[in-house]
Amino acid sequence: MTIASLIATPSELTDSASSKTAIVLMTRVRLARNLAGSAFPGWAKPAQREATLETCRAAVAATSPMKRSLNISIGELSELEKQILVERHLISRELIGAKSGAGVVISKDQAFSVMVNEEDHLRIQVLRSGFQLKKAWNAINELDSALEDHLDYAFSPTLGYLTACPTNLGTGMRASAMMHLPALVISNQMEKIVRAVNQLGMVVRGLFGEGSDASGSIFQISNQTTLGESEEEIIKRLHSVLQSIIEHELNAREKLLEADAGKLFDKIGRAYGILQNSHVLSSGEAMNLLSLLRLGIDLSIFPDASRCVIDRLLIEAQPGHLQHAQKGEFEPGQRDLLRAERLRAEFANFVRPDFTFSNSTGKN
Amino acid sequence: MANPLKCDLCAKPATVHLTQIVNNKVHKVDLCETCAQAKGVTDPSGFSLADLLLKASLNPEQPTTGVRCEQCGFTQNDFKKHGRFGCPSCYETFKGIVEPMLDNMHKGTTHTGKVPQRALERKSLYDRLTKLELDLTEAIKSERYEDAARARDEISQVKQSVSSPPKSAR
Repeated sequence: MTIASLIATPSELTDSASSKTAIVLMTRVRLARNLAGSAFPGWAKPAQREATLETCRAAVAATSPMKRSLNISIGELSELEKQILVERHLISRELIGAKSGAGVVISKDQAFSVMVNEEDHLRIQVLRSGFQLKKAWNAINELDSALEDHLDYAFSPTLGYLTACPTNLGTGMRASAMMHLPALVISNQMEKIVRAVNQLGMVVRGLFGEGSDASGSIFQISNQTTLGESEEEIIKRLHSVLQSIIEHELNAREKLLEADAGKLFDKIGRAYGILQNSHVLSSGEAMNLLSLLRLGIDLSIFPDASRCVIDRLLIEAQPGHLQHAQKGEFEPGQRDLLRAERLRAEFANFVRPDFTFSNSTGKN
Repeated sequence: MANPLKCDLCAKPATVHLTQIVNNKVHKVDLCETCAQAKGVTDPSGFSLADLLLKASLNPEQPTTGVRCEQCGFTQNDFKKHGRFGCPSCYETFKGIVEPMLDNMHKGTTHTGKVPQRALERKSLYDRLTKLELDLTEAIKSERYEDAARARDEISQVKQSVSSPPKSAR
């Protein structure tokens, strides 16, 4: 598979949106793995890095989920292609910044990606749309075991999988969910939620992980600790935390409607108007407007079928995807014009909001 | 204050005192204004004491012991600088600094999750094979033919039990 055909294929995330994905847009599990007897990527000499890259790329490509995968080194990617892969959550910003000898293998359906020589020799990840922690873990566990047939992992009976950073020791697993929490943001409850989630040993981050902002009211919630608990225990704990965040979000929606439905409808109606008519849109503003429309879908103001359009646009409004669609590289100012143009076209024929039957709170 | 607290990261007087409870464990740090800003402590979202404690626990002004990882040449100072280790063997070499850190960082200090069973079995078979081959050579050299025959039989047994030889065995 080539990078061009991968980009032309809709990602796991832009596809298959259904009412099941209402609050949890996507589930992700990643495992950090290293080869026994080799220096970690950050400390390895260039020649060692190249050797690791060779060994790992070959081993990964030989597994069954990676049949006809995209198997590429970072040096072969253009800046724009790298950005698109980051926006699809298939590679990390850290991998882009890596010295020579880094690469990635991405499955044809873009559900699996294995980064080589990021912080660890291997960062294996699986993406699933919607709330599917258990399934995601089973899928990645299988791929990990398949890799074991070809690679000798660095492992200690007491410390588990050995990782470059001690914060990933043990299972080397980070499981996360990307959640759309507009009502908690509107009602200023996110700070409280973040604190509560931290106390439970989980972390809340923005859409693109560490240090990124939460535009579009989209947050990543993941486990903080990796040692001392089994993978299943971590998944189970995270699952119950996510479940209770979903409940809080639904309650917050109900309260917003009870307290002042007019105010909430006004926000959604205005977002619709701006998306149809604006001429300059930054990516942050576009995300926030799309997020309000997504909330509108959950509240039955727009038909359920349009959720997949919004979810696709949440990714396509990102700078890399936008530039790729326009076939060129543009200054941020120009991008904002192009983005508005693109969204005006998308929303010209979008169903009009219907505020009469919206007494449901998006429970599904 | 007669004895003001010092910043955990540098030696300046600490003005920011932070307590966070993670997994029912209390984590405390004392920081100066500059370090607090730099570490994003002022922004409560996305800030984790565990990451910070990792660095803080490396700070004590004790002279470096000069321990160097035999496998990769990594030193304690390198860890202080990067916050990451050089190679898997570093965890054995720097056991003394890793162990106290883990208690604050994780829910427990012992791995209870997945074990790479097949890889470990393969490794132990491979180790056994290497040892048997050594035994065989030794036995032949010292003309202990009975031992040599036994080693040879065992080798063929082990080889039979591994249908496909390990590809990445070193």
